[in-house]
Amino acid sequence: MLSWQLRTPREPKAGSLESVMARSERPLSPHLQIYRWYLTMALSIVHRATGMAMALGLLLFTWWLLALAGGPETFATVEAVKDSWIGVLVLFGYTFVLFFHLGNGIRHLVWDAGYGFDVQVAFHSGLAVLAFAGAMTVLVWLVIAIAG
Amino acid sequence: MGVQSPIARVRGLGPAREGVSHWTRQRLTAISNIVLVLWLVFSAMALAGAGYEEVRAWLASPVPASLMILLVISTFYHARLGVQVVIEDYVHHEGAKIGSLAAVTLITFGLAVACIVAVLKIAIGS
Repeated sequence: MLSWQLRTPREPKAGSLESVMARSERPLSPHLQIYRWYLTMALSIVHRATGMAMALGLLLFTWWLLALAGGPETFATVEAVKDSWIGVLVLFGYTFVLFFHLGNGIRHLVWDAGYGFDVQVAFHSGLAVLAFAGAMTVLVWLVIAIAG
Repeated sequence: MGVQSPIARVRGLGPAREGVSHWTRQRLTAISNIVLVLWLVFSAMALAGAGYEEVRAWLASPVPASLMILLVISTFYHARLGVQVVIEDYVHHEGAKIGSLAAVTLITFGLAVACIVAVLKIAIGS
């Protein structure tokens, strides 16, 4: 039913951490699902997710490199997978993931240098990173489509 | 406080006694990744539609081979540092944490060495 009904507090078990927290009546730190989603917050999580995705992608990169060193037959197998529709889809996705992480990584380096913390600036730099990643992905695949 | 500089105070601190070296190495490899990965993307665009012989001849030349080895070191190291932070954040069981950290370190080092040997085989070997 309504979400507030689900959140009516249960009676906490005596002596439990919950009961101690309830008794102390201190303001509790709200957890992730309480906050309204902001772009900056979403991009922060996406930065981590894209990083993990690319760590896994290094397996594919290793496979490609070892196949190239292996010889024409092994390379042909990788090329067949790479040029299949699923291969192209995965590589297209990884192109966006790569340029997002690269662009957002530069955004992080700028923060590390002490600039761009203003709310409006952080929001707009986030939008810029998304636009950069999208534009680069389209550009790279246009070149590949024309040349290849 | 004493006469120590702020950097001297931070060095060797933290739960792993490694101070800020994880942070600085992550930034250093981030910067080298920007250059090397952009090179790889431009190379991939230039090699679009190329066959086995062409790709192999390209990687056999000294500059691409050197850049590829640098890229392998830089990206695998950066990945290792990033995955480490995620494991430290989300894996709370001490045994599982140490085990997964060891696994990630060994796997990334192993794959990186395999990649470097592959490049050397193409560049120097037959």
